[in-house]
Amino acid sequence: MIEVENVHKSFGEHHVLKGVSTVFDKGKTNLIIGQSGSGKTVFLKCLLGLFEPDEGQICYDGQYYSELSIAERRNLRQEMGMVFQGSALFDSMTVEGNVMFPLDMFTNQSRSEMQDRVNFVLKRVNLIDAHKKFPAEISGGMQKRVAIARAIVMNPKYLFCDEPNSGLDPKTAILIDNLIHEITQEYNITTVINTHDMNSVMEIGEKIIFLKNGYKEWEGTNKEIFKTDNQAVTDFVYSSELFKKVRQMYIEERN
Amino acid sequence: MKYLEAIGKYFIMIWEVFKKPTKWPIMRSLILKEIDDLIFGSMGIIIFISFFIGGVVTIQTALNLNNPFLPKSLIGFATRQSVILEFAPTFTSIIMAGKVGSYITSSIGTMRVTEQIDALEVMGVNSLNYLVFPKIIATMIYPFAVAVSMFVGVLGGWVAAVFGGYAPSGEFIKGLQMDFDAFHITYAFIKSIVFAFIIATVPSFYGYYMKGGALEVGKASTTSFVWTSVVIIICNYVLTQMLLG
Repeated sequence: MIEVENVHKSFGEHHVLKGVSTVFDKGKTNLIIGQSGSGKTVFLKCLLGLFEPDEGQICYDGQYYSELSIAERRNLRQEMGMVFQGSALFDSMTVEGNVMFPLDMFTNQSRSEMQDRVNFVLKRVNLIDAHKKFPAEISGGMQKRVAIARAIVMNPKYLFCDEPNSGLDPKTAILIDNLIHEITQEYNITTVINTHDMNSVMEIGEKIIFLKNGYKEWEGTNKEIFKTDNQAVTDFVYSSELFKKVRQMYIEERN
Repeated sequence: MKYLEAIGKYFIMIWEVFKKPTKWPIMRSLILKEIDDLIFGSMGIIIFISFFIGGVVTIQTALNLNNPFLPKSLIGFATRQSVILEFAPTFTSIIMAGKVGSYITSSIGTMRVTEQIDALEVMGVNSLNYLVFPKIIATMIYPFAVAVSMFVGVLGGWVAAVFGGYAPSGEFIKGLQMDFDAFHITYAFIKSIVFAFIIATVPSFYGYYMKGGALEVGKASTTSFVWTSVVIIICNYVLTQMLLG
């Protein structure tokens, strides 16, 4: 569980996060949504410890990040997995090398143990024949799956994803969403996803945080987002004709 | 003020490079890879340039020593002094700043742009140690490349002198052995160690702290070459004053 208490973050004169508080539950897929420039990425980077909040606290299962020493922070980071928007795979390594990297770096496992673990997670993300390929030789969807495999290979307690299905076709995007959701439940991970994709919101959003101009404007579940009267949320989520009709049908059905 | 901030940031980066070391088996393979990429991968251009620079120095010296009372051995002497003291350590380092420096800046800069450095940090890896430390260690064998450059430069001078008809082989070799001071070799190696450190760290600094996209990677490579060359030239002056002045 991650508890966020009144987090503020500024860059010079630009006040990006203005007192965001929330709780991300364990074993749930938590989504952060909002328009471009609303502070989603800065918020995610604060959760990852890449940015230090100017004010406020972030608590990871009882450990306040600001109170940890540098060594303790590095140890905590080893419990985090991250799927970057562009996958951020190491170009100079094969798929297998990328997934094995955290194991090689932080464990004393033998080569065969590491190989077994890599085979297991690559199979889990449905990548079987790509072990020896380089990131440039595989598709965007496969790169995302390698990034997920690398993020979960150390059995993390926290999984963060920055727009995991951006640039993917709708079918692959759904596959990636479902994969993250399944892994979250299977390994009881606290997952936080930064997304623009309304399909993700409807399908896997067990908890949704809506950010607007650096404030937390709304939070709830994917069921509640249908019912909300918050104008900012409805303007953002139901901006397309398709989703307006979906919402209309939901309201009519409810009445 | 901007320059002072950059200098401060550079020294903080150097401090961070030596903190929280990467596991030795991984670091060893990174160092060997960097030695191959940065040093052995540059030997071809170093040998090519040194040979012809040695030849040009010889021809220009010979053409300027047209007094019949001056011995031809002075051509070999002047070539040796120019190559050992200046051309091998400094000229080669400027070439390396262009070749190796721009490679370092663009490779680290691309990792920054594609969030690979963020990925290392999120995993708990000291990215500066992982990326920059192997380059520093690899470039510490740069004096070997400078020694090769000295030998090939002198060889190029001998070829130009003998086959160009500027001096007989015996006279040229006599000049090479004339008033030899072993400290000049030490001076050249001390310079090349300092230049190697600059070639590894200044381009890393520009790559690591770059912001923006692909266009900025190109700009950072150019800026890093300019500043690496400037720092090398300033250090060359200071070291020469300290060691020979």
